[in-house]
Amino acid sequence: MLKIENLHVYYGAIHAIKGVSLEVNEGEIVTLIGANGAGKTSILRTISGLERAKEGTVEYMSQNIGALPATEIVKMGISHVPEGRRVFTNLTVTENLELGAYLSKNKKANAASMKLVFEHFPRLHERRNQVSGTLSGGEQQMLAMGRALMSKPKLMMLDEPSMGLAPILVRQIFSIIEEIHKEGTTILLIEQNAHMALSIADKGYVLETGKIVIQGPAKELLESEDVRNAYLGGAAADAKC
Amino acid sequence: MTITQQVIQQLINGISLGSVYALIALGYTMVYGIIRLINFAHGEVFMIGAFVGYFAITVLGLPFIAAIIIAMVFCAILGMIVERLAYKPLRKAHRVAALMTAVGVSMFFQNAAIALKWIGASPKGFPRVIEVQRYHIMENVSITSDRLLTMGVALLLMFLLQFIVHKTLMGKAMRAVSLDKDTAQLMGINVDKTISFTFALGSALAAAAGVLFALNYGVVVYQMGLLPGLKAFVSAVLGGIGIIPGAMLGGMLIGIVEVSVSAAGYSMVRDAVAFTILILVLLVRPAGLFGKNVREKV
Repeated sequence: MLKIENLHVYYGAIHAIKGVSLEVNEGEIVTLIGANGAGKTSILRTISGLERAKEGTVEYMSQNIGALPATEIVKMGISHVPEGRRVFTNLTVTENLELGAYLSKNKKANAASMKLVFEHFPRLHERRNQVSGTLSGGEQQMLAMGRALMSKPKLMMLDEPSMGLAPILVRQIFSIIEEIHKEGTTILLIEQNAHMALSIADKGYVLETGKIVIQGPAKELLESEDVRNAYLGGAAADAKC
Repeated sequence: MTITQQVIQQLINGISLGSVYALIALGYTMVYGIIRLINFAHGEVFMIGAFVGYFAITVLGLPFIAAIIIAMVFCAILGMIVERLAYKPLRKAHRVAALMTAVGVSMFFQNAAIALKWIGASPKGFPRVIEVQRYHIMENVSITSDRLLTMGVALLLMFLLQFIVHKTLMGKAMRAVSLDKDTAQLMGINVDKTISFTFALGSALAAAAGVLFALNYGVVVYQMGLLPGLKAFVSAVLGGIGIIPGAMLGGMLIGIVEVSVSAAGYSMVRDAVAFTILILVLLVRPAGLFGKNVREKV
């Protein structure tokens, strides 16, 4: 479904992504883990068309999308829940969701999508007329995900959905990600919470300073010594399990 | 004439003038909200709007309201062209570059107006299109029909603007783009188109203000955009730049202050008062009346 080959991205003189290749197959949950500053966000931004690769290809549904503008990429069925949620804090919950379906002029279909979003996130329904800047962090995360669902994506990319949330909310968010996946959406998930991400994923990639250092089935990564020591807190993780 | 009557009379006059400032200020504030640019050529759009209205009435023989609509459409297109040619190439450049360009565009339009032989440097009388009547509201308090028309049209346009910004998808997109361009793109919003639309809206309001202003003062001239433009800029800053209701309130306040200063017998300094207000706002409350003090991210 999505195939990235030998991707190089620069920010000015900084070489942020150094030849990353990865693949997401339809129906999978794929996770990209790594420390802060490893380049996870840059990869998502490049897929979405917010950054341009200097080298390498981004292929989606057997089509090169590396040069397409961001709005075209949304139209093709990729939606991106950005890091830090980035809800439109000056707009209400409903208005945020309406903008999620900006490209769809079909009012009936949009109303149906919104109903579906409210089924996933009843809390958003309670707050639908509230200005989204007044929502809590967890609610804003729900809104960012709901907004991304409004475009009926085939591939949903989430950038650190657990960031800054209490453990109970993190579990809730992850179970909703699994629900969305079960309904037929392919997921590409970026996380610092490696344990949580690998436990729901099919496949994982570990990114370190712009390069993929380990990749494989999520189960294997969960058990791999290297990954455990570097990202799962080694012995501490054992205690948790 | 009692003090109360005086005050009410000056409030009416002030709101009438202020509603023109408010219309111009809305363009400043919307453009600033979406691309963080003080569009100093905005006063010239106001002037061009007044001239389009003038020609629509004198040459084409159109009724006043039709003249306003033509001026609005003309300036909406002009505003989009200016944005595309002058500001879009500088969107990623330093903000001062865009600001200086705006000053340049302003001078270009003023001088182009002088160079055009059917505009020229000398003022032209704006036709008396409506019969000026005086309505007495109470003893010693009255309002003339041209002022009433000015307020009516201005209020109607502000109401329309609020509707567009809050109820239409394009208006919601405008607010989203002004907050966060990257995330707006992730929704599929075309940022360039939204910015164009913002310029069109702001310029159309300035054009309407220009025609109304010309009606009230009975004259059109190439430099008429300068002072009202600057005072509208002060209005936008006073209300909180980037905030639409702020621009409306700021415009009314500047109008009322200016008229009151004149009425008190200091009409020589009435222009200076607006700029004194600007200095005070920047010293005491730079975010304006409606603004929150936020530290700008670099």
